[in-house]
Amino acid sequence: MRPTGALSRRRLLAAGLGASVALVQARPAHASDWPVELAAAVAAFARGAPVREGRVTLEMAQLVDNGNTVPVTLSVASPMKPGDHVVALALFNERNPQRDVFSARLGPRNGRARASSRIRLFTSQKLVAIARLNDGSCWTRTVDVIVTIAACIEGET
Amino acid sequence: MARTLINLPALSKKGDVIEVRTLNAHPMETGYRPGADGKVLPRDLIRRFTCTYDDGASREVVFQAELFSAMAANPYLTFALLVTGPGTLTLVWEGDNGFAQTETLPLRVA
Repeated sequence: MRPTGALSRRRLLAAGLGASVALVQARPAHASDWPVELAAAVAAFARGAPVREGRVTLEMAQLVDNGNTVPVTLSVASPMKPGDHVVALALFNERNPQRDVFSARLGPRNGRARASSRIRLFTSQKLVAIARLNDGSCWTRTVDVIVTIAACIEGET
Repeated sequence: MARTLINLPALSKKGDVIEVRTLNAHPMETGYRPGADGKVLPRDLIRRFTCTYDDGASREVVFQAELFSAMAANPYLTFALLVTGPGTLTLVWEGDNGFAQTETLPLRVA
């Protein structure tokens, strides 16, 4: 005869598993992880269009030794033809004093949607690259980076 | 005038997509950093970079960037450019305290 305790434990386990799966599914895409200010900056850039993940690539080191100068490259999978091109490209950060890093206006005259720069990072944080296409759609890519030496802390020596 | 470095291919062909690399030796003072006396140094940033391409047929802004304090000192920017003909590139950096610098260079096309 099976003890009822085991059965209820099994049921409990199953119920718990079900609940955790539901939790994971209930969590919407990346955007929920963004703090209010970052989400607001991204929404302003998107001009009300839904922000979807994909098409954008943000190349940078995941472990940053020196936050004073961090190379980044943004690129977008786009043919850059008059009928289908990127019109704006921007990079936002989560925990610097300001959310903006840089934004650029592009067009079919660029031939390729790609821009590089060097940026400052105050601390370990998320970076969000976002592109707006000529049809108004917005695509994004989020990268988490760990920063060991922060920018802005050091004064003049 | 700050020193600039601009890198273009020596010779390109019509229809090529080239990479334009630019650097301007500017401190990009953020306005968040203390100076030697402990007081916060006033902000001094390049706020905007513009590249205009005159290919003989038309003169158009082909790349424009807004820069903020999260840009590293000596702002480095690269972008792609579709070569539509021989002509000139005009690069303009504008910023705080009336900073403005213009560099013009030829784009040689075979």
